[in-house]
Amino acid sequence: MAASFLLILFFGKRVGTRATAGIGIGAVSICLVLSVGVAAQWIDRVNHPPEGAELVEQTNAAYGETPEDARYEVEAVTTESGETVESQGEGTEGGTEGTDHSEEGAAVTGAAPGESAAALPAAGTEVAAAAEGEGGHGGESESVPPVVNTVTWFTIGGVDFEFGTLVDGLSAMMLITVSIISLLVHIYSTEYLRGDERFTHYYAFLSLFTASMLFYVLGSNTLQMLVGWELVGLCSFALIGHWWEEKKNSDAALKAFLTNRVGDMGLIIGVVITFFAAGASSFNVLHINSYALSGAANATLLLVGSLCLFAGVTSKSGQFPLHTWLPDAMAGPTPVSALIHAATMVVAGVYLIARLYAVFFSGLSIGSSTFHYVAFIGGFTTVMGGLLAFVQTDIKKVLAYSTISQLGYMVMALGVGAWTAGVFHLFTHAFFKACLFLGAGSVSHACHHTFDMREMGGLRKYMPSTHITFAIATLALAGIVPFAGFWSKDEILAGAANGQENAYTIMLVFGLITAFLTAAYMGRAYWMTFWGEYRGHGTPHESPKVMTIPLWILAAAAVVLGFTNFPGSFFGLELPEGWTTRFEHYVEPTFAFPPIEHAEFTPWLAILSTILAVGGLLAAYAYYERNLGPHGLTRHSRLASGGYTFLENKYYLDTLYSDIIAADTKGPLARAAYWFNQNVLDGIIDGSAAVARKVSGFVYRDVDQLIVDGAVNGSGFVSEGSGQLLRRIQTGKVQQYAAILFSGVVVLAGVLVFVV
Amino acid sequence: MLALLVAQNIAFYVIAAVMVVAAIRVVTATNLVHAALWLVMVLSGVAAQYILLAAEFVAITQVLVYVGAIVVLFLFGIMLTRAKTGRDEDLDNPLPAKIGAGAIGVLLFGVMAYSLWDAWRGDEFGDMVVQRTGQVSDAIFSTYLVPFEVISVLLLAALIGAIVLARRD
Amino acid sequence: MLVNQFLFLGAILFCIGVYGVLARRNGVLVLMSIELILNAVNINLIAFGAMWSASDAGPNLSGQVFALFVIAVAAAEVGVGLALVLLIYRNRQSIAVDDVDLLKG
Repeated sequence: MAASFLLILFFGKRVGTRATAGIGIGAVSICLVLSVGVAAQWIDRVNHPPEGAELVEQTNAAYGETPEDARYEVEAVTTESGETVESQGEGTEGGTEGTDHSEEGAAVTGAAPGESAAALPAAGTEVAAAAEGEGGHGGESESVPPVVNTVTWFTIGGVDFEFGTLVDGLSAMMLITVSIISLLVHIYSTEYLRGDERFTHYYAFLSLFTASMLFYVLGSNTLQMLVGWELVGLCSFALIGHWWEEKKNSDAALKAFLTNRVGDMGLIIGVVITFFAAGASSFNVLHINSYALSGAANATLLLVGSLCLFAGVTSKSGQFPLHTWLPDAMAGPTPVSALIHAATMVVAGVYLIARLYAVFFSGLSIGSSTFHYVAFIGGFTTVMGGLLAFVQTDIKKVLAYSTISQLGYMVMALGVGAWTAGVFHLFTHAFFKACLFLGAGSVSHACHHTFDMREMGGLRKYMPSTHITFAIATLALAGIVPFAGFWSKDEILAGAANGQENAYTIMLVFGLITAFLTAAYMGRAYWMTFWGEYRGHGTPHESPKVMTIPLWILAAAAVVLGFTNFPGSFFGLELPEGWTTRFEHYVEPTFAFPPIEHAEFTPWLAILSTILAVGGLLAAYAYYERNLGPHGLTRHSRLASGGYTFLENKYYLDTLYSDIIAADTKGPLARAAYWFNQNVLDGIIDGSAAVARKVSGFVYRDVDQLIVDGAVNGSGFVSEGSGQLLRRIQTGKVQQYAAILFSGVVVLAGVLVFVV
Repeated sequence: MLALLVAQNIAFYVIAAVMVVAAIRVVTATNLVHAALWLVMVLSGVAAQYILLAAEFVAITQVLVYVGAIVVLFLFGIMLTRAKTGRDEDLDNPLPAKIGAGAIGVLLFGVMAYSLWDAWRGDEFGDMVVQRTGQVSDAIFSTYLVPFEVISVLLLAALIGAIVLARRD
Repeated sequence: MLVNQFLFLGAILFCIGVYGVLARRNGVLVLMSIELILNAVNINLIAFGAMWSASDAGPNLSGQVFALFVIAVAAAEVGVGLALVLLIYRNRQSIAVDDVDLLKG
């Protein structure tokens, strides 16, 4: 992907838009196929975990081999510190897990040169590092150690700074998600951005974004994850501000970047703290996790570290209070919103928690408490996002707040210990949210590039594909059985209800409220957009196939994917074990992972949430379509209108941030700096200049002119004067010389006679 | 003996007085030829003094060379340079120069007189031994041979030099 | 006779000669004054020679020999000197030594 980025960046303008898109799409497809290969390999590995003898015996032919080599063998050596390693073989066949993901016929086969199974960062060579395989815990399988390949970049003071890949179920899952959605977005963008003047630039950044997201996901140590994190932030900035001619777009991009920066401080501190918590020895993720679990780590350090890391998550994954950038980020092109702010970048934070779960689990004592910061923030975010989605008129903003709300779900899930539920929700959410976003893009494409729902309406007659896919995705988001959202959301609620050892009751309440709200606002959006009469200009038309086919694919995914984690017993329906909880089986780490309880399927909770969801949809239908209910409430009731204004101004958070905090800091600071500059610095400079002038003047006048010149002139004058005087003796007259001679004789004689 | 000495003394003083007067006239005469003639008188007086000092050969040589040749040479020079005959006012330097010269002369005499008196206050000659000419020639051609040769070369050089210088070319 | 008589005589002649050298403007007269000086020196030499001879050291002719040499040198010197004067006269039509000051600085 990085190669694709560089290619497009440098050659895109020349080869033209079609070829650029072709490069981008081609590269993503390669990555997709490789990701599928990785997933297949991983599944295979889980099913047949390597035995101890096998681990020890095979040799690695890949020492120092470049990624160009197609295949290397497997080896692991047991040592006494934490990680196993195997370098893995190249996937040469596209193993299929979900064949509906295999793409257009241009899919390149796995003998793709230059890319190993994990889209490596451009500079990585692979060297196997050795470690041991620990006995596992939990789950129905034995411990399956993830595959780690690292190369040590440099070593300072005994600490290795590595650079490598870590492949396990979680990263395989992320790889597939990112690749698929990126691919679909690439295809969609060919039509959406047709005729845009910075087409190639856009594709370049899409490629870079995908590259950095994959880099991030495959990171084997926290430093690498940090690099990927920052890179995706940068790409987000570039892509949001794609149409930077309008100030509000560039402002939104800046807001996104700066808000993320605020959180990144916490992230960096957190990385450092986890390094020290893990015995100040390594940044390696598995090492940190094992250390956190082993109890040898300082509990306070773990707590502080996880809170700092969570600060980073707060900004990147749009938790309260650093979520304010997400709605504004909708200023970017819609495919960007779909890719970055629905499916991939914003889940970077969730991924962070999932990856370093041992740290969070031990630090926050997830297993044994009923309330802690992470879960609370997640829960609060869900409710808050859901409330805000009601007052938006821009369809993309509705979806943005919906994303915030769903991210809150994921964080809350991780917070209460339902790891699989959170990650599964991440997986499904990516698909149906991307579908929703792309659908919104399609809608605006038809309505002459407006996103205002008040100007839409009745579009179901004109845009059937978009309508149906949007409807499916809405149902999935609302959590109606049997769509994907139901399964994942329900697992979260079950997790909150049953908890680890204690139930997280408040979180459960939050979750249920939000289930209702989600259905309600999505219903509102759906009905305003697709039903009623068309309120805009001109005649809308269906979008071209290039845009609708990705929609269909995603909608299909939204339907199907829920079944990958079919619970063990569903209202008494018992399926054979090979069919149930597949997702959890393959994705949940069994190595260096805290012991978490898995909530069983809770029937009453499922029914309750379904009722709430359906009720929400019906309420929206009634309110907006049939105009029942308390319309005009905001005009009549001061409380209602006040609440509406409060919501409309996004809880005045933006005001707080930019006007109060930033301005109050930067105003006095700027003034103080200016004063300092003018008076102190300039004073010093002027003063020294004045002193220098005086000194030099003195030196010039007194020392140089007077003394030095005086001495020089004086000596010249003296010699000349004495010469002038002595000249008079030379008269040329011999008698005078004789006179002088004789008088000299007289003197000399006198001296000799009288004195001596 | 005593009579001889007295006679020598008287002779000495008389000749000395004449010499001094003549010398003064040499340096103050306004007539060039007169100055030359006064010089002759001085040189003759010197020869007489030599006799008194029992240096016969030197005295004769003095007369021959000095009076006979050198003064003649002077006269030739006077003649060849068309010196003004008769009174010539132009012979002396201006007065300040003369005073300076006089001062120097006086001072010099003072110093010398003092030193002479201080050194040989009342020394007498004792018995004067007359040196024969033969003895002089012996001395010249034995002890002082080299200076003698040098002198001859010097005279040669002077001769040639004078001729070269004074040639009318 | 005192030695000093002759020496004083020599001194007087010498000083007069010095006066003449410095006070006379005519070149020939300067040369004559130089002759005076030389003769004064001669007197001294002869006097000392006689003194030496008359003393216990035995007959010694150094004084006279020296005086002879001085005479010879004087002769040479006068010859050259007059040649010079002649040359000056030829070039300048005047033998005032005052006027020969081309080396004036």
